[in-house]
Amino acid sequence: MELIFEQSVPGRTGISLPAIDVPEEAIESLIPAEYLRRESPGLPEVSEGEAARHFTRLSRRNFGVDTGFYPLGSCTMKYNPKVNEDIARLNGFTRVHPYQSEDTVQGCLELLYHMDRCLSELTGMARVSLQPAAGAHGELTGLMMMKAYHENRGEGHRKKIIVPDSSHGTNPASAQMAGLKLVEIKSGKNGRLDLDELKKAVDGQVAGIMLTNPNTLGLFESDIAEIAEIVHSAGGLLYNDGANANAILGISTPGDMGFDVVHLNLHKSFAAPHGGGGPGSGPVGVKEHLAPFLPKPLVEIKGDGSYYLEYNRPLSIGKVRSFYGNFGVVVKAYAYILTMGPEGLRQAAEDAVLNANFLMKRLKDYYDLPYDQVCKHEFVLSGGRQKEKGVNTEDIAKRLLDYGYHPPTVYFPLIVKEALMIEPTETENLETLERFIEAMIQIAGEVDEEPEKVRLAPHTTVVGRLDAVKAARKPVLRWKP
Amino acid sequence: MNIPADLKYSSEHEWVRAEGDEASIGITDHAQQALGDIVFVELPEVGDEVGAGEAFAVVESVKAASDVYAPVSGKIIKVNERLFASPELVNSDPYGSWFVVVLMSDPGELATLLSAEDYNKFCEEE
Repeated sequence: MELIFEQSVPGRTGISLPAIDVPEEAIESLIPAEYLRRESPGLPEVSEGEAARHFTRLSRRNFGVDTGFYPLGSCTMKYNPKVNEDIARLNGFTRVHPYQSEDTVQGCLELLYHMDRCLSELTGMARVSLQPAAGAHGELTGLMMMKAYHENRGEGHRKKIIVPDSSHGTNPASAQMAGLKLVEIKSGKNGRLDLDELKKAVDGQVAGIMLTNPNTLGLFESDIAEIAEIVHSAGGLLYNDGANANAILGISTPGDMGFDVVHLNLHKSFAAPHGGGGPGSGPVGVKEHLAPFLPKPLVEIKGDGSYYLEYNRPLSIGKVRSFYGNFGVVVKAYAYILTMGPEGLRQAAEDAVLNANFLMKRLKDYYDLPYDQVCKHEFVLSGGRQKEKGVNTEDIAKRLLDYGYHPPTVYFPLIVKEALMIEPTETENLETLERFIEAMIQIAGEVDEEPEKVRLAPHTTVVGRLDAVKAARKPVLRWKP
Repeated sequence: MNIPADLKYSSEHEWVRAEGDEASIGITDHAQQALGDIVFVELPEVGDEVGAGEAFAVVESVKAASDVYAPVSGKIIKVNERLFASPELVNSDPYGSWFVVVLMSDPGELATLLSAEDYNKFCEEE
């Protein structure tokens, strides 16, 4: 397919501007010379029709939850109800400016205030900041608050952050970004945190531990109360990576489990679109003892019932994002919470867990299941037996494209060889799940009978197998004339 | 799987070739196979100190990024800059593609590492 740059014809344009009806000023008189561009920006010159066709063509090559089943583990690719889009586009939410005076945006402030209350209740936290732009940003914000908490207590020497070897890759990366020292501990044989390993790692230097619960194997950390006790009694804090919140919303809270800080992904668990349809939103909640360190401003309520932005927060770590976060995403997630209600959210979590267990049970005879236990919202298969026949997990993932499915997450978590991490979410019906199971079983059969077919997949997509190695070693990152 | 008899091995799949106080360190054939096509290698700087068991380098394949752990403690005296331009050498010649040379602070640590025979057994069990 031609790039839009390749369709460019000098002088062609998609717009016709009206004649200027104000006095014209030379650009040199408005912008200092050192900021003026000297060469043309090299933008494509096409007509409106060409642009429309080009981007429509591109969009048809995309795969999203609106085109098909997308069981991408750890990403919670649930359906995004369209009513949330309508609500986020209401004039009162879109035709406002962040610099407007507070009395003219009371509705927006009220929504932010109530979202803080909703998420606090759902996580068992005291307050929530809606500023972080997505999950990893929430992690960084949470860790910065943990650091500020220790420093404020005169314990700034606490720099050690413990993560299990099954953690999301963002956890160690965020710890590094926050200037903390990482200690990775091995998971136990049952796929959960090993308490003995934890006890060995915990000492007077520990700032905290980052845990996902349920973890990336989809297993609930059933020792969480004891884990919290071990870390707290050593003076450390517990950070909950809430990426897997879809398994527990409305049933249990990170607060009850003993966590001090948690981030949520509104674009995963709360049905706001993500991937190409983003942006994300990664609110971070804390218990009372960490609340003074939350980013500023927070929305507060006055005696007369009006809302305002409170900047007077002397211990705050400051602002972590421009203005008040990705407001549109917050609106969509708020609409989702109100639509579902507490029972609806609980039902969603239960159905997500039921769907995952159904798929796991039906597929475990055809693929290896290294941790054969009741799972939460996702589970991890291994393509180990297929690998012995010369077909690896990447091949299986590519073959699924031929069947019309987005592949699961592969080669993660790192503690499972040839991993296939499957998260169906609650929004898929039984027929879809059955068809996916059928496809997976058929592929397992192909590995035995016609392995070449799987090894060379995909066959029916617009392009065949891409050279991922070459793309990584010799990336071409931008178009040049 | 290729496991040369004259090297020492770690349970994290690194190999060590000791000559006097100097130890060259790389990753094993088993490790490069498990990682798949390696697209990037990040190395420490000459003069850095590493402790046994600490991560000192990163290998990135199409599948994942993984830490490489130092089997012995000491000071980095050489890094293999050829791997920056040609990370694929780790796949094609894992035992020729050393990552770093360490001036060992405690050569006694070598005794804690696995022999070729033990490492072979370890891989089979894993």
